[in-house]
Amino acid sequence: MFKYIAEKLLVLLRDGRKLMGILRSFDQFANVVLESASERVIVGDLYCDIPLGLYVIRGENVVLIGELDLEREELPPHMTRVSAEEIKRAQKAEKDATDLKGSMRKRMEFLDFD
Amino acid sequence: MLFFSYFKDLVGREVTVELKNDLAIRGTLHSVDQYLNIKLENTRVVDQDKYPHMLSVRNCFIRGSVVRYVQLPPEGVDTDLLHDATRREARGG
Repeated sequence: MFKYIAEKLLVLLRDGRKLMGILRSFDQFANVVLESASERVIVGDLYCDIPLGLYVIRGENVVLIGELDLEREELPPHMTRVSAEEIKRAQKAEKDATDLKGSMRKRMEFLDFD
Repeated sequence: MLFFSYFKDLVGREVTVELKNDLAIRGTLHSVDQYLNIKLENTRVVDQDKYPHMLSVRNCFIRGSVVRYVQLPPEGVDTDLLHDATRREARGG
């Protein structure tokens, strides 16, 4: 882990969030301090980096810490960067769609199909 | 300590680590520690299209507590040795 210090990293959290930032500190529990942290929100082919500032992440929430290869393209070329407002709208639309699917399923449950 | 030693012997081999969130990552085992945290090199995600954010990750650290399976190369497993080590461990060293 020492060689990751002062590098730009991607931290995957247990709730599926993706944080990026510069590693300033860590310990044996994988508690980490990220400077200039930002969250990368991806909805379909849209993405947005939302700046967060200095973050201390409790180790138990960490899934994976990845070293970002700055030489390579960070994301596939077909993905487009959008504003924070736009990604929030896309996120809400996606959530509404899954909620609707869930509620439809619930109402149809008596049919007992699978 | 058995599995810690066991994984240490596998350093340098190609393994696939499947996580509890269903993300599966293949790479060369670089190191492992007492918590079975794993470091992989030259990683690639098995289902790349589903996880576009992992595209530029070459090396990574995986927290031991989130690992579900580690898929090993068959030639990396010496079952006789593992049997002996298990019996020795059960007897208390």
